[in-house]
Amino acid sequence: MSEVSKEQSMRRPIRRVSTLLLVMFIGLFGSSTMIQAVQADSLHADDRNTRTLYDSFAVERGSIVVDGVQVALSTPSNDEFEWQREYPMGPLYSHITGYNTLGQGNTGIEGAMNEELTGTANSQFLDQVLATLTGQSPAGSSVELTIDSQAQQAAADALGDREGAVVALDPDTGDVLAMHSSPTFDPNAFASHNTAAVTDVYNQLLEDPENPLHNRTIEGDQFTPGSVFKVLMLSAALESGQFTLESEFDNPAELQLPQSSHVIRNASRETCGPGETVTLETAFILSCNIPFAQLAQQLGQDAIAQQAAAFGYGQTLDIPVRVQASRYPSDLNEPNLMLTGFGQHDVRVTPMQIAMTTAAVANDGTMMEPNMVDRVLAPNLDVIANPEPTILGNPVSAEVAAQVRASMELGVAEGLATNAQIDGVTVGGKTGTAETGENNEPFNLWFTGYGELDDQSVAVAVVVVPDENIVGDTSNVVAAPIGRAVIEAVLNS
Amino acid sequence: MSDQTAPSPQAQNALQTGIVQLRDVTEAIRVRIRNPAKLRNLELFLLVIAWVLAGGAMVLVQLGALQRVDLFPLQLAAGLGVLTLALHIVLRIVAREADAIILPVATVLNGLGIAMIYRIDIADGLSGWDAASMRQIAWTGIALLVAIAAIVVVRNHRVLARYRYVAMAIAFILLLLPLMPGIGRTVNGATVWIGVGPLSFQPGELAKIALAIFFAGYLMTARDSLSVVGRKVLGVRFPRLRDLGPILVVWAMCMLVLVFQRDLGTSVLYFGLFLVMIYIATGRRSWMVIGVGLVAVGGVAAYFSLGYVQRRVHAWIHAFDPAVYEAQGGSFQIVQGVFGMGHGGLLGTGLGLGRPDITPYANSDYIIPSLGEELGLTGIVAILGLYLILVSRGVRIGFQGPDDFTKLLGVGLAFVIGLQVFIVVGGVTRLIPLTGLTTPFLAAGGSSLLANWLIVALLLRLSDSVRGRGIV
Repeated sequence: MSEVSKEQSMRRPIRRVSTLLLVMFIGLFGSSTMIQAVQADSLHADDRNTRTLYDSFAVERGSIVVDGVQVALSTPSNDEFEWQREYPMGPLYSHITGYNTLGQGNTGIEGAMNEELTGTANSQFLDQVLATLTGQSPAGSSVELTIDSQAQQAAADALGDREGAVVALDPDTGDVLAMHSSPTFDPNAFASHNTAAVTDVYNQLLEDPENPLHNRTIEGDQFTPGSVFKVLMLSAALESGQFTLESEFDNPAELQLPQSSHVIRNASRETCGPGETVTLETAFILSCNIPFAQLAQQLGQDAIAQQAAAFGYGQTLDIPVRVQASRYPSDLNEPNLMLTGFGQHDVRVTPMQIAMTTAAVANDGTMMEPNMVDRVLAPNLDVIANPEPTILGNPVSAEVAAQVRASMELGVAEGLATNAQIDGVTVGGKTGTAETGENNEPFNLWFTGYGELDDQSVAVAVVVVPDENIVGDTSNVVAAPIGRAVIEAVLNS
Repeated sequence: MSDQTAPSPQAQNALQTGIVQLRDVTEAIRVRIRNPAKLRNLELFLLVIAWVLAGGAMVLVQLGALQRVDLFPLQLAAGLGVLTLALHIVLRIVAREADAIILPVATVLNGLGIAMIYRIDIADGLSGWDAASMRQIAWTGIALLVAIAAIVVVRNHRVLARYRYVAMAIAFILLLLPLMPGIGRTVNGATVWIGVGPLSFQPGELAKIALAIFFAGYLMTARDSLSVVGRKVLGVRFPRLRDLGPILVVWAMCMLVLVFQRDLGTSVLYFGLFLVMIYIATGRRSWMVIGVGLVAVGGVAAYFSLGYVQRRVHAWIHAFDPAVYEAQGGSFQIVQGVFGMGHGGLLGTGLGLGRPDITPYANSDYIIPSLGEELGLTGIVAILGLYLILVSRGVRIGFQGPDDFTKLLGVGLAFVIGLQVFIVVGGVTRLIPLTGLTTPFLAAGGSSLLANWLIVALLLRLSDSVRGRGIV
């Protein structure tokens, strides 16, 4: 081989090596494109991708506002998450706001309104595009609640450390004015950017036998309603047309249930008033169990279940926080049917459901859908959502509602709910003392009622679970004053 | 009188020589005036663009991450500008015909690297000499001074062919240094560092240049005998058995690196370099077949006997498997890098606005995902394009070089950059298993910068010998 040809011959392998290099780089172009263009979305959705999480935190999360005061807000932080969530009122609003954690979920309004608070709701899409184009930092919307801060404070003060729950509604609009559940917790503990500490707090609260994380007003194990269920029973009786307030029932001191050895008594352990018979109205005012057991027997399971469904039993609600469905049992035998007549056996309710029932009665039989959100305000203070009051149904006629109200007002004036009286205010109410078990477990002490002053009205439901049963510790002593305090707070504000 | 009229032959010769010399000088001046260093002017023009790109990136990093601008990024940019301008001026004097594109491309890459290293410094809250960006600009200075020295000292690169066995010895010493007790250091399992006091260095980076010089020098002389064919097996003509010695020695060397230094990437890099250079020298595909066979044997043996090789392969194939992801030495880093690149998408988050610091080693081994996150696929394609241009300038020397040594060395050095980019970028983008190699010019680290600027110096010197063939 001559020198020249040898030099020429080197060109071919070099060309091949050039091709090899080109192929290698095409491979790199391909693998980069796969990651950055083709798989980008699925990578973004991988729950191990902390960048996605950081992105959501890089947005200034909107505030949650009650009566013009921020009860949840984001302040600049000096770490990589840029914003620190704060709950200045601590435990007072914890069950309303819920909490927002770093990648470990969120609850309450923080959860239900997450898209609005982070500015990712569809209604905010155009605003976000504009903000991006004009170089503004992305920010979420603020959520203004319907909560009345004085009512909320009154509920928390009146309930104190005791286990229980308080709900107050505006009967005309369905606005939730107070929502307090005890025991409670400090949501600030969940806002820490130290995820291990948050997990510790969460596990600790989860293992607490008192379940402080349960919002007892709308979720959790629910309560046996006891005698507050008689509001629904009275409504069902009057609505059926078969009964009036003057309808008479046998009045024994005790009654053995059919096909059973079980004997029921009135709470007084005596007859319901002096007579051989007792009217439905008197039985309601004095909260006697035996006449209501007979009422349930005569109305039948279907009529009661129908009335319960009309009041919203069996239906979950998003207000926007999820309200669990209360339940009236099905397939009842006769003795159990009679027990449900005064709210025992397997009737289970949320305090929200009891307040909704009373509110419908107070609002002439029209039940408004409960709602916690007053307005949603964009960062530029544009109102982007302003929920209108929504009618959920008409469980009873206006006439029946008026008759039930009259009975409830008598109950406060001269019956078992006298501690709910407020000078100069029309107050109607019903107490309840629900047995929750065989072994002398504490009763659930109930009060539900409404107050009306001029144009303003409020409906409340209160339940207290005392540590142990104390003689004389009745619902009129324990629960009714809490209801009165909340009614007063709303009507004064 | 005759003395006056007839000058002595000696004087006449001297006069003629003087005239000839004068003519040479004036000719040279005339050439310079008529042909005013077109390549260097082009280089200066491209350099200005490179400075603007690099300086802009550094300022944008600070603006994006800190929402303010101070003098520091401008100082970094000015440092890079002064240093590369110095090399440019040196080229105007001692290598006027050198390639005009290599220096600007290397400058952009070096500058983008400093910008991203500075960006990670901001995320980590480092400043002063703790900041990797400060050390990087200092190393850039050292690297460019060494590169300038190399270009000035080595006026004729063909001299290097004479020192091929010296180069080989240097390469071996450099490779063995990290294994020496006292100065060797093991970082992340790989024993490829030496350290004296606070300074540490990866001698393997320099060894690849010494090896390229040795291979080019050796193959230049041995190509004839290596080209002689022996038996024909399965349609491929194989070399004679006695010529197999060198390739077996190199293979053994790479296997030693693999076993004792636990450095898969370097091992593959050296062997790939040798294979390509022997193929170019001989034009015999059989060498490639033998080489790939040896790689296969070594690879399979390493996979079954070396735990870290096995883990690397698993972390590559099953990267998103939760068990592999969470395992010690598993795929956490790979997956985080991929998340980062995905986060950048097509256009990137913008410099200073992403979160590249989540990925471990975001400013060295993982600087490509960091750049991918903040500059997007667009930026990655541009960076890979710059590498491709750099590599193609080296390959061009292979086509147009005046002699075998120049051709072999040019293509060899170009290929070593291309292969290194392929191994690193392919590793972080999951095209191939991840191995620890630095990204040329971009990654934080002095040894890598020094080695790659030396390669640039050599390529510039080689290209200067490709005279009169125009700009492209």
